[in-house]
Amino acid sequence: MLTYTLRRLLLAIPTLLVISLVIFLLVDFAPGSPMSQIPLTVPPEVRLKIIAAMGADQPVFVRYFLWLRQFFWVEPLYMLDHIFGSSLAGDAQRIVSWQSRAPVFSIISERIPQTLTVIGTAYLIGVAIALPIGIYSAYRQYSWFDQLGTFIAMIGFSVPTFFTGVLLIIIFSVGLGWFPTFYDTTLDVTDWASLKKQMLQMALPVTVLALFNAAEISRYTRSAMLDNLTQDYVRTARAKGMSERVVVLRHVLRNSLIPVVTVIALGVPSIFGGAIITEQVFKVNGIGAALISAINSSDLPMVQTLTFIFAILIVLFNLIADILYGILDPRVRYD
Amino acid sequence: MKLRTALLGAACAFAMAPAAFAERGADGELKLTFPQAVSILNPYLSNGTKDVYASSMIMEPLAGFDTSGAIFARLVTEIPSVANGGISEDLTTITWKLMPGLKWSDGSAFTAGDVVFTYEYCTHPEGGCASLSKFDGIASVEAVDDVTVKVTFTAPKPNPFNAFVGTQSPILQKAQFEACIGAAAPTCTAQNFGPIGTGPFRVTGFTVDDTVSMEANPEYRDPAKPAFATAMIKGGGDAVGSARAVMETGEFDYAWNTQIAPEVQAAMTAVGKGQFVVAFGTLVERLEVNLTDPSADLPEGERSTAKHPHPVLSDLNIRTALSMAIDRQTLVEVGYGAGGAPTCNVLPAPAVFVSDNTGCIAQNMEGAKALLEAAGWVDSDADGIREKDGKKLSLVYQTTVNPIRQDFQALIKSWWTDLGIEVELKAIDPGVFFGGDAGSPDTFQKFYADIEMYANNFDGTDPEVYMAGYTCDKAPRPETQWQGENINRFCDPAYDALAVELSATRDEAARAVIAKRMNDMLTKDSMTIIPLVHRGTLSAHSNALGGVAINAWDTEMWNVQDWFRVK
Repeated sequence: MLTYTLRRLLLAIPTLLVISLVIFLLVDFAPGSPMSQIPLTVPPEVRLKIIAAMGADQPVFVRYFLWLRQFFWVEPLYMLDHIFGSSLAGDAQRIVSWQSRAPVFSIISERIPQTLTVIGTAYLIGVAIALPIGIYSAYRQYSWFDQLGTFIAMIGFSVPTFFTGVLLIIIFSVGLGWFPTFYDTTLDVTDWASLKKQMLQMALPVTVLALFNAAEISRYTRSAMLDNLTQDYVRTARAKGMSERVVVLRHVLRNSLIPVVTVIALGVPSIFGGAIITEQVFKVNGIGAALISAINSSDLPMVQTLTFIFAILIVLFNLIADILYGILDPRVRYD
Repeated sequence: MKLRTALLGAACAFAMAPAAFAERGADGELKLTFPQAVSILNPYLSNGTKDVYASSMIMEPLAGFDTSGAIFARLVTEIPSVANGGISEDLTTITWKLMPGLKWSDGSAFTAGDVVFTYEYCTHPEGGCASLSKFDGIASVEAVDDVTVKVTFTAPKPNPFNAFVGTQSPILQKAQFEACIGAAAPTCTAQNFGPIGTGPFRVTGFTVDDTVSMEANPEYRDPAKPAFATAMIKGGGDAVGSARAVMETGEFDYAWNTQIAPEVQAAMTAVGKGQFVVAFGTLVERLEVNLTDPSADLPEGERSTAKHPHPVLSDLNIRTALSMAIDRQTLVEVGYGAGGAPTCNVLPAPAVFVSDNTGCIAQNMEGAKALLEAAGWVDSDADGIREKDGKKLSLVYQTTVNPIRQDFQALIKSWWTDLGIEVELKAIDPGVFFGGDAGSPDTFQKFYADIEMYANNFDGTDPEVYMAGYTCDKAPRPETQWQGENINRFCDPAYDALAVELSATRDEAARAVIAKRMNDMLTKDSMTIIPLVHRGTLSAHSNALGGVAINAWDTEMWNVQDWFRVK
């Protein structure tokens, strides 16, 4: 298992390098220029100087290798410096956003907390709702509970979040005035009052995303459970006189979890990736909002770095999903 | 002596009495929201209005513009003029007298050295300063003494109020930015995110593209102001969401740039929690006519250049007919509501420069048709499209991807189709259209189309530089890497002569006459530019916020120190 993990990790290196080059070229060759953000009232010669000061006029490969060096060498050094208070990095150039001129990693670290809080909570709640619904729906297939679950899942799945988000805002914020429509990122939770505020401002975005996540995962759970419920070993377990509780929750569920775990694990990178639309609707200003604003303003270093981090997370969580199989199912061994 | 002290004390007490009613920081928190989040607080490195406006609550220039576009003193004792000796007789120098005793928000003294430093900072060749053109034509800036700054120009300057005037060229603190000059400018993150200023607020926290937190500047020159103890600007979302937070939920006091559909504006106003305010500056949504041939049959490098006049649009009658067929009032109602007004001028404001050219406002479809008939453009083969000498009246009409612009395109296409003109519409990503990439065929400067639509404006109140953008030499062409303001490739020696005359004329009335003449030459005389809508900036403020006076000539937060909570 360990050698398998190591082999997979080593293999990930060339994969990620290729991914980084592809992303860089794609982002670079995409139409659009950071110049489009400069107002028309700025004369052309001044625009050219601004572009040169950003370093955006360098050839693409120069910028690629510079970025590689910054990503894999300079930024880790800065991170070490930050943790241990050392000064390994010296004054090496970090990856800097063209739009704000701030180091991309400090922007990310500013935004990760709200993304993890909101999207992470929504994901956890989504999973927590989805598993029982999926299990019970399969166990009582075609019952009214199953029908209702299917109906809600279909709504959650097919109604886009920009619609449900605005709908909730109009009902609960504009109409009833219960929840704020803006997420206040500067709020520090220090006492009960601020905790209540935090809960209130999280309520709507978490609801929207949890509904969406729960819909997907509950469908997977239900179908995996259905596959297993008709198997011979289930009949055997029942014939041995085991209680329904043990049959369903121990035998069937454990076997059904394998595909569900894949779906859940592969969904985790999207927590870090943020939810572009929901963040925009509720002004959470997390990673997703940062990515979309960087794309809009052709802030290439920011787009490149964020997408590459997502790529790393996806590769990593694929590996984690594979390892989890081994733990859930003793038959799966990679050595 | 004792009596005198006592009397002085009493006098002071009386003087302070009004201040007790309007005490600094008495009104709690001021909450603003910008649909585009603030990226940086140093306007010299900024790309957008959002950043410039946010920084204007913190940093100040020597002078600003009020709501009528008139200049007023901020950090100086008076506005220099020839009459008061502040501007030399030959118009080559301007001397600013700084307010004595002025302090930065960190408590240190504000001196002439800071002003000189600001000039050095922005004009450094490697700094990439966004306001560089504000310092055009300056030979030197020197500190005569601690409170006197003398700016010397290379040539007589009829309008010297560019450098250190208006939100885009506020004064930087030398002590803070000294190490950030030139190539180091972008790397000074701490300074760029927390500039020290003289404005009513100072930064207490900044998260990129999200929130600016501020508190009242304890050193602000008026001890009774600002009324708010803290202020915050939250960014992100969209214009509708921002407007809703002010007009419907009341979460925010002020929302900048809430350009939303007219019917949504009406519905939100009906809630009664706030109001929309609009300021008309110089922004005009216009059709630009390509006077050169953009045909793809021409070799690259000759397409859309002065070498080949446009086969169809070179005919003035067609350009005139295109304008006559448009119903500008309908466009305003569809796209902008209270945030727009129909116009025939490319130079729509300030009032002294506005030509009385209103002939295009009323739509005249029959007149347009008659004009084309008379000019020999007739539909001889009954396919609904006019032609003349074997040339079909067929146009490519491009603009950026934007819902209002696509509505405009559809409406204008229907009118022109009615006129007997074949119209092909094209919508380009704004990042490409305004990107200026010389390698892309779709930039607005390259103009590989017959007609294009966008909005343009100029900074400040003086149109000299803006109008000079339409001289022959400003045409984008391969030799200029397709850069230049004269995207129509308009070229008229008489116009060029007027541009030179304008730059040499000092009398305000005479300048207005020349500017109007230039406006008319571009619009009603030659129909090179077909103006459509004079666009205002629409913002929303809560009924609980008082003192707002929206300003198109400077930042909308120009008088934020006077804002207060309505109780």
